[in-house]
Amino acid sequence: MSETHSHDDWPYPHPKQPDIEDGPLTDYMAMTEAVAELLIDKEVFSADDMRRTLEDIDSKSPAEGARMVARAWLDPDFKARMLEDVNAAAEEMSIDAGTIPILAVENTKDVHNVIVCTLCSCYPRYLLGLPPDWYKSRAYRSRLVREPRAVLAEFGTEIPDAVEVRVHDSTAELRYMILPMRPKGTGDMDEDALAGLVTRDCMIGVTVIDRD
Amino acid sequence: MSARFAAGDRVRVRKAYPPGHVRTPYYVRGKEGVVSRLIAEHPNPEERAYGRDGLPPIAVYGVLFRQNELWPDYQGPEGDTTEVDIQEHWLGPLKDDGG
Repeated sequence: MSETHSHDDWPYPHPKQPDIEDGPLTDYMAMTEAVAELLIDKEVFSADDMRRTLEDIDSKSPAEGARMVARAWLDPDFKARMLEDVNAAAEEMSIDAGTIPILAVENTKDVHNVIVCTLCSCYPRYLLGLPPDWYKSRAYRSRLVREPRAVLAEFGTEIPDAVEVRVHDSTAELRYMILPMRPKGTGDMDEDALAGLVTRDCMIGVTVIDRD
Repeated sequence: MSARFAAGDRVRVRKAYPPGHVRTPYYVRGKEGVVSRLIAEHPNPEERAYGRDGLPPIAVYGVLFRQNELWPDYQGPEGDTTEVDIQEHWLGPLKDDGG
């Protein structure tokens, strides 16, 4: 948008901020709208059902995953169950992890894990909320498998050479989340306090938890 | 389950470029890896993408590749890896492919 305008009481023109409709309407956008309208017209579901579902998806946040990580740090039996079946472990905590199976991979002193979806943008939305824009970018998706350590360094994350960097490309039926290492000096913290340390990015694997 | 491979098996991904909705990324085709886990059996998305039922279900495996195998000019340490989920019909035992 190169169009500029100025306000009456402010002499300096500034560029017009594009409205959401100013981007191109793609075929898929038109098709999505058309199919949604048809399904509503045919009363397969109502407009309110659709709104509610979108609101529900938007309401997910990394706090759900963080609670599970904190519980896993405190309770080895829970951790074992979570590594076996994340969705069932979530249910124990009354967290809805959705119907797509999620696999938790554990960071250790020998292996640092990080997730990507090179084909599209698969992401464990039920436990981590909506993905950040960079996760969906072509740069992240193509470069993470090609030069993972360079990408991690751009996130400020330096993994020692002796530690294996393992990229998980979620191309098929699973979603992945990282179970980060519990930082040192947290022995006296309870579950809520620990959950507060666990960020979205450390569950994607582009950073580690550092309390210094 | 009638899965053909088990964890630890060395496999090679088919080097094929069929048209359509394919979930096997280009960068692993023709490459050698090791099965890390049997994930599950799933209806075939290559069929389901075109309105068919995708049955019988196909086993999907986690396959671990050394970065040095995927990218001959890989700059990082030897031990670095990438794990990709791959359907059974994309995998062959290593010996079948001269490996």
